[in-house]
Amino acid sequence: MATQEIALAEVRQPTTSLIDRLHSLVVTVDHKKLGLMYIGTAIGFLVVAGLMALGLRLQLAVPNNTFLEPDVFNRFFTMHGTSMVFLVGMALVSGFGNYLVPLMIGTRDMAFPRLNAFGYWMYLFGGLLLYFSYLGAPGLAGHGSAPDVGWFAYAPLTGAAFSRGHSTDYWILSLLLTSIGSTVSAINVIATAVSLRCKGMTLMRMPLLVWLMIVVNFMILLALPALSAAQIMLLIDRYLGGHFFDTQAGGSAVIWQHFFWIFGHPEVYILIIPAFACVSEIVPVFSRKPIFGYPVMVGATVMIGLISTSVWAHHMFSVGMTSVSNIFFAISTFTVAVPTGIKIFNWLGTMYGGKIRFDLPMLFCIAFLFQFLIAGLTGMMLGVAPLNWQLTDSYFVVAHFHYTLVGGFLCGMFAGFYYWYPKAVGRLLDRRLGLWHFWLFVIGFHVTFDTMHFPGLLGMPRRIFTYDAGRGWDTLNFVTSIGGLLQAVGILCFVINIIRSAKKGKLAGNDPWDAWTLEWTTSSPPAEYNFATEPVVRSRRPLWDLKHPEDPDWKYE
Amino acid sequence: MRLHLYRHRKMVRALLLFAFVLTCVIVAGQVEPVLGSTDGVTSIFRPLSQPAQEIKETSYLVLAICAVIFVIVAGLLIYAMVRFRHRAGDEASEPPQVYGSNQIELAWTVLPILIVFVLILVTSRTIADIQNRKPPPGTVQATVVGHQWWWEIRYPELGIVTANELHVPASDGTRRLPTFLKLQSADVAHSFWVPQLAGKTDLIPNRENLMWIEPTQPGTYLGNCAEYCGMQHARMLIRVIVQSPAEFERWIAEQKRAAAEEPSAQAGRQVFFANSCVNCHTIRGTSAQGAFGPDLTHLMSRETLASGAAPNTTETLRAWVRDPQKLKVGCLMPNMQLSDTEVDQIVSYLQTLK
Repeated sequence: MATQEIALAEVRQPTTSLIDRLHSLVVTVDHKKLGLMYIGTAIGFLVVAGLMALGLRLQLAVPNNTFLEPDVFNRFFTMHGTSMVFLVGMALVSGFGNYLVPLMIGTRDMAFPRLNAFGYWMYLFGGLLLYFSYLGAPGLAGHGSAPDVGWFAYAPLTGAAFSRGHSTDYWILSLLLTSIGSTVSAINVIATAVSLRCKGMTLMRMPLLVWLMIVVNFMILLALPALSAAQIMLLIDRYLGGHFFDTQAGGSAVIWQHFFWIFGHPEVYILIIPAFACVSEIVPVFSRKPIFGYPVMVGATVMIGLISTSVWAHHMFSVGMTSVSNIFFAISTFTVAVPTGIKIFNWLGTMYGGKIRFDLPMLFCIAFLFQFLIAGLTGMMLGVAPLNWQLTDSYFVVAHFHYTLVGGFLCGMFAGFYYWYPKAVGRLLDRRLGLWHFWLFVIGFHVTFDTMHFPGLLGMPRRIFTYDAGRGWDTLNFVTSIGGLLQAVGILCFVINIIRSAKKGKLAGNDPWDAWTLEWTTSSPPAEYNFATEPVVRSRRPLWDLKHPEDPDWKYE
Repeated sequence: MRLHLYRHRKMVRALLLFAFVLTCVIVAGQVEPVLGSTDGVTSIFRPLSQPAQEIKETSYLVLAICAVIFVIVAGLLIYAMVRFRHRAGDEASEPPQVYGSNQIELAWTVLPILIVFVLILVTSRTIADIQNRKPPPGTVQATVVGHQWWWEIRYPELGIVTANELHVPASDGTRRLPTFLKLQSADVAHSFWVPQLAGKTDLIPNRENLMWIEPTQPGTYLGNCAEYCGMQHARMLIRVIVQSPAEFERWIAEQKRAAAEEPSAQAGRQVFFANSCVNCHTIRGTSAQGAFGPDLTHLMSRETLASGAAPNTTETLRAWVRDPQKLKVGCLMPNMQLSDTEVDQIVSYLQTLK
């Protein structure tokens, strides 16, 4: 029989002062603290970049609005996009990976704890450097402030001739720093999952989340160098007289786009797969059934990872590639729909025949499933290159990728947040505030992003700071902006809930959800050493075996 | 410890009702603008030219496939939520533990592969059809050059240069008159998008792209620059003015004329040529041969100023000449610090450039 022990809750030393507590954060190499620091910092950036989005929406609410100056608007959408992808998305990936992987594989820390701390600080200082551009970038003759070149920073707008001052340099250097952070964090998670699993945990007994984290972190290692290389070339162009992207001296603007999207498309999957990971852990627990088709889920994820490296130029259907290239990238784009569809069907198969409990993590998972389905379908429409010629760089695309990143990624992360918060803090998040968060956010999301598809169909390009009345965009944009406000109130409920429940929430106990993976065997919050004795597992669901000795999983796997 | 359930039935019902009402409201609200024929609305589903027409036909097929997939999968999701929800008294036992099924996995792998195969065929055919079109004899050739933040339009065979408003002939039942466009950029990347005529194609410096349109109905078609190109990306509008072949010929003849030299505007002409206007603008047949700004030879034949930022009227022209930064902040035309008299004189000269 399995020999896990349910450890007694650790008596925690009350920390004496704020200084002591901050000091313990600065010197820590504990994967749990670092994971929570990643997540906390990400939520901070989420609020800031979300407020910027609110500013953008206020400006676009009515035609010919003058709420934001054009240059302020352009900085806002650049900072919003850059922050959300690199400072929120990537940090949540690192944070969840850091916090959960060691706990789920039954080990005491990451493989390289100091490297782990180094990664976090690189990320934090990269993020702060990006925002410091508001003060530091004006440079010569007052040119520039925060970056204003869009989050994919197409050449040659970023060249020395068109982007004076230092705003683009801040964009390059801060992202190089956060990339170092992401890279070391990726190496660490892979090394941990590969080499530190507890006794009995073969690769095919790992929780799905750990599998997906391995795939994601391999993708990070594969994709990020393309961005870093391109950024270094851009720096050489700007300061050392290089001509990689300098079109006036024979450079190529299209090469930048290739480099960027060789990173950028895998990046989309780097963000969405951790959401898949949370959903793959939560849906089974709240349906009271094991995940349907575990080996197929692993295979489909690996396939997504592989195929996603060959689809990048579907972001570039309008740059004038040959018909052969366009057809190639259309085909590879459709191909990725197959493993993605398999995953959706497997989640449905898990729910089918279960006894589904609609607690908050599950509610967010259902929202995720519904929204990710739509995002996938609009993604397929965008893969049809001729239709893409109409829709790319329009509000339809903006709606599509917010559907994947907000409706998919963020909802998956919220599900994970509600699910593991009791483990990390020892108290449950308040259900009433959580429901307010859920409904306001989901309704706001749909009001904003369902509506946003339509101006794209009516010819509204993205990244315009204003528009004239009479093109059918006015009402749609107004409704979109109202939805943005609803989402903001939802996020406010979320933030209040986190802070309040940390003190006043109901005590969670070790295993509030009656779940099956190893992190629920230890105390909430776990002691610094995670497990008093090293667990031994015989199946994918060690706690199921423990709770049902008459009908253990290992008999069937 | 297990958390108990709270009014889940109510929640599921609310969720379904909400999704349903929202979908209805949104879809109903969009039928008119997307498919109707409101003036000035540039819906991609109301094409008046190839290749936009062909794209629309392809998109209907894709939309239909996506709609069917959506109904089936969302239906399954809702069915599972309702049918397998946790009910009172369920706490006692766990449901049967099912680990998977290879047959079912195979079924939902093969089915998507078939759908993908259909999509690949349709997409490839449409791509090849649109991209590999060769210009028939008699095709109008135009070159569009993107600038921060306006469009230079050249007809190399006709010797015409204009800006921001592309004139093309309409095809009719008897004559096919497509226009082939060479797309270039003078500075950063731009993108040419007139939704009712064709999908977008980028204008990229140090590179030449091709696209074509074949409109059938005379009229004015609005479009935007669709690739972010800097501060005034929003005010980089393009108009395509489709004319009957006879009208188009007349327009060509007018554009070929030399610039007007009316004696009444002599004073303004002198101010214009004494200032640095001539460094950036061309007026054909004069010493003004600048290449950074739009050609002004027949300025008054255009409907708008500053790439669609304002209609071309006396007041806006005066405001523009006095301080372009007020009308379009960040644009590359500086405030020339002209006196009121000078502004009036220049404007009255420009207004003779018909």
